[in-house]
Amino acid sequence: MSGSEIEQLVQLLAKLPGLGPRSARRAALHLLKRRENLLEPLARAIAAAAEKVRACSVCGNLDTRDPCLVCIDPRRDAETICVVESVADLWAIERTASFRGRYHVLGGVLSALDGIGPDDLNVGGLVKRIGEGGIREVILAMGATVDGQTTAHYVTDRLQGAGVVISRLAHGVPVGGELDYLDDGTLTAALKARRPF
Amino acid sequence: MIADPALAPVLSGSMAVTRLSLAEFRCYPRLRLDLDARPVVLTGANGAGKTNLLEALSFLAPGRGLRRARLAEVGRLGAADAPWAVAAVLTTPEGPAEIGTAHEPPSGPVSPDGEARDGKRVVQVDGKPSRGQAQLAKLVSVVWLTPDMDRLFADGASARRRFLDRLVYGFDPEHARRVSTYEHAMRERTRVLRTPGAPADPSWLVALEDRMAREGGAIAVARRLLADRLGRAIALADGPFPKAGLRAVGAVENWLGEGPALAAEDRLRAALAASRAHDAASGGAASGPHRSDLEVRHLERDRPAAMCSTGEQKALLLSIVLANARLRALERGAPPILLLDEVAAHLDADRRAALYADLIALGAQAWLTGTDASLFAPLAGKAQFFRVADATVNVSENP
Repeated sequence: MSGSEIEQLVQLLAKLPGLGPRSARRAALHLLKRRENLLEPLARAIAAAAEKVRACSVCGNLDTRDPCLVCIDPRRDAETICVVESVADLWAIERTASFRGRYHVLGGVLSALDGIGPDDLNVGGLVKRIGEGGIREVILAMGATVDGQTTAHYVTDRLQGAGVVISRLAHGVPVGGELDYLDDGTLTAALKARRPF
Repeated sequence: MIADPALAPVLSGSMAVTRLSLAEFRCYPRLRLDLDARPVVLTGANGAGKTNLLEALSFLAPGRGLRRARLAEVGRLGAADAPWAVAAVLTTPEGPAEIGTAHEPPSGPVSPDGEARDGKRVVQVDGKPSRGQAQLAKLVSVVWLTPDMDRLFADGASARRRFLDRLVYGFDPEHARRVSTYEHAMRERTRVLRTPGAPADPSWLVALEDRMAREGGAIAVARRLLADRLGRAIALADGPFPKAGLRAVGAVENWLGEGPALAAEDRLRAALAASRAHDAASGGAASGPHRSDLEVRHLERDRPAAMCSTGEQKALLLSIVLANARLRALERGAPPILLLDEVAAHLDADRRAALYADLIALGAQAWLTGTDASLFAPLAGKAQFFRVADATVNVSENP
């Protein structure tokens, strides 16, 4: 039906998140029809990313330089580290433009049933960073899932005695949310975490 | 004052299935039933498919349904590739709701330890996918009595614990989430303890045990509270059903009796930390609410339920289920949907009449099954009658 190059392109595209075989074929055709505007720039961008993007040896963020731009930015608060599960979560917090400290990417959450243990996460790197001094606060920004909260607790336990303030994101009423539509667990958490007004 | 007692249930709010649709479920390739809020009587020969209908309804609550079957077993034989599905339209005190639930067979490779996987049960509420089954407990409450439960008081604690938990779901929907979180943390802990090679990471265990202690404390509080309140509701009832005394018992429940809830959580945390070596060998955990029990006594005879006759045990169970329905109607605006499988046949005429009168007074949509239609004669005109035969369900005349 088609040459092996096209076949291979389709198969690789089909491995992207959100794409199946059918949408991969559509994407391949779309690219091939727009050789100059899309296919070649994309190929160059992918080659450049493959060559230059690395995980930051300090925080685990993805960047073309190591240490990454976030880690070397002198305007950022070097005393505060926000611990996140993944680079996607780091990007999410960066989009808010409300955090001016630095990050630490764990690379997942603890899940014994999925075979992910402490050694699979970058916890050692975090302990080392804090051991080197100069950190005042660690913010745990894990998801409010069972595994996320277990991981947050685990990190807290590992940082015991390190002389840093450990905080975690609040769980509660979303901005613009109505109480009536909130699930009971979230509402309970919001009540427990209430604060003086 | 409501002049016509028949209107009372409608006005006080009701919880009822108004349409039930099945696909590839047990003996039913397809089925659609349209109903009103009154009790439902299903009659038919043994093996006709009456209990299968009740099982389908039991999947409107969180959990594994009234047979506790593996999900793959629930599918119709000969429909290997088509997953089973149950859909229901309900009226609830909060308004109408549509619930769909279906088996999603496992995909991808077998898990690393080679365990046979059963896939999972997906849930949709009003057409939108819902995360987890705990959402169901918020919408609908389903309570069942089956012939399997005749041995509830004689068998192990786990069945009694599940029975109590299902009752708690009806008042405290968060309970379902807590139980599943607790069990998830316990499975994780077992896996960590049993991973061969390097010794288990103590910080990881502390994190998991903390989660178990917090959820475990809340689970035990909710069980104790409901057992207490049910006990009081039963004491207030009159009628031919025996009075049952209820008590949630277990390590955490007992600690709760001795001090504040936070102290009980701390004791569970300490107990878990102390039993790691033992738990690594045995699996599970030596203490915690997953080992608790529901203790039931026949108060008039002053003896444990397990020492009463079979008929008396059944009556005790009904006494609890009816008290639960009254309490829920008072508090949440409607009694639960009751699935009473082969219950009428085991009651004497007095108690049967009292049961029917209670169900009508409560406005409960109770689903009753039996082989002998004449047993349900007192319900003529007050219930909907169906005849079940060969995987078809037809409206039948009143008995």
